[in-house]
Amino acid sequence: MTVTRAEYCVIACAEAWRGDGEVLASPMGVIPSVGARLARRTFSPDLLMTDGEALLVGVDGTVEGWLPYRRHLALVTGGRRHVMMGASQIDRYGNQNISCIGDWARPRRQLLGVRGAPVNTLNNPTSYWVPRHSRRVFVEKVDMVCGVGYDHADGAPYHRIPRVVSDLGVFDFATPDHSMRLASVHPGVTVAQVREATGFDLVVPDEVPYTREPTARELRLIREVIDPQNARSREVGA
Amino acid sequence: MTDKTMTADEAVSRLRSGMTLGIGGWGSRRKPMALVRALLRSEVTDLTIVAYGGPDVGMLAAAGRIRKLVAAFVTLDSIPLEPHYRAAREAGAFELMEIDEAMFMWGLHAAANRLPFLPVRAGLGSDVMRVNPGLRTVTSPYDDQETFVAVPALRLDAALVHVNRADRQGNGQYLGPDPYFDDLFCEAADAAYLSCERVVDTAELTKEAAPQSLLIGRHTVTGVVEAPNGAHFTSCAPDYARDEAAQREYATTPWPEFAERYLASPEGAGS
Repeated sequence: MTVTRAEYCVIACAEAWRGDGEVLASPMGVIPSVGARLARRTFSPDLLMTDGEALLVGVDGTVEGWLPYRRHLALVTGGRRHVMMGASQIDRYGNQNISCIGDWARPRRQLLGVRGAPVNTLNNPTSYWVPRHSRRVFVEKVDMVCGVGYDHADGAPYHRIPRVVSDLGVFDFATPDHSMRLASVHPGVTVAQVREATGFDLVVPDEVPYTREPTARELRLIREVIDPQNARSREVGA
Repeated sequence: MTDKTMTADEAVSRLRSGMTLGIGGWGSRRKPMALVRALLRSEVTDLTIVAYGGPDVGMLAAAGRIRKLVAAFVTLDSIPLEPHYRAAREAGAFELMEIDEAMFMWGLHAAANRLPFLPVRAGLGSDVMRVNPGLRTVTSPYDDQETFVAVPALRLDAALVHVNRADRQGNGQYLGPDPYFDDLFCEAADAAYLSCERVVDTAELTKEAAPQSLLIGRHTVTGVVEAPNGAHFTSCAPDYARDEAAQREYATTPWPEFAERYLASPEGAGS
């Protein structure tokens, strides 16, 4: 059976929560949600997850806790959470923008607003998910720093951006100056393609591995249990 | 005990142009839309609005009533970007104090506790500091010496909130999964107007629901407005879900046309 691009993205997102232990997985977007649920059902069984509203739920939907926004914010600042946010723009140091495009004082395009990105990035690990990797998203400089990147964080005690996942590959900041590095490409994607779609000079190691293959069990869980409606393919096509 | 019941129009008649108003709910959830509609029918304008923004902000922006907005986001949830808010921002229609969700919460906490500010580990390094040059920082007086943002108190002249049930004295009860920050809005305000789906006897409140659902204390409430369907078209779980069709209509209809329909009836469009 051919593994789809969307399924490699699911695996790449799921891996973000590997080894996290008993923390809240906060996925934003379809593929991160499928990924988080896959991680919980397989290699990270202690993860906490919500029903998308105010309840903590098990894999079968069993309610195990109450997490309204005010407690959610306390959990953020307590650090027992790993969020995977979206990014309308992201730069080489991981600064993320979801507020507006253009000049903040008179935006060309008003987006959501900073939301919780400033507090997230200074308190709990924050990864990012970009379903359409392009030069419009991977920019030299974001128009509004919402999520704080490594250069702006200035060594803040709890700041960490474990990974960025896009439809082309996985990226991390494991370089001396924490500039973004290509950690893997999804099978079917070339390094040149990633470079072409990125608006800044990406750190590319000599050997770039492929994003790992899903196991047969993982593939079955994704296709038959977690996302039988194949919502993932609407977020990332072939 | 004081009977605080009044109509939405009576509540709004106590508001003045230039005031700072907090609006409860979150996004397109449990917004006090009956009170917002009454506000839109009034002449009150030049407002500073403090909200986890939804269609309340979109409508007041479309109607030109906002001088300044304090918010971390404005969204309709199932429609991520609020179209009227977007249009107003892209036209530079009002001043914006854009702060993070947690900063916002601590600003309300500070106001509720009569503190000038509270320190938070949020905002530093982000452009929240650049676009709000008035924000100050504070250094821990203890050994760690860490620097924090000193979020100023978000003191409100008045708060507007909507809950499921209330008694005539202003004890407010929520029956949904999330209290949002409605009690904080009331505590942070000099006057608070509480609309509810149904006014009931005090004893009725805890007949079938746990006392923990008594979110809002009467000592923080000025007026109680019985407004069945008063959050429509936003959600008011468990009484009703968001009316997605009405919300879509709101998002796709030019404001003057929508307003004419929506403001005329006391229950709002589609109810």
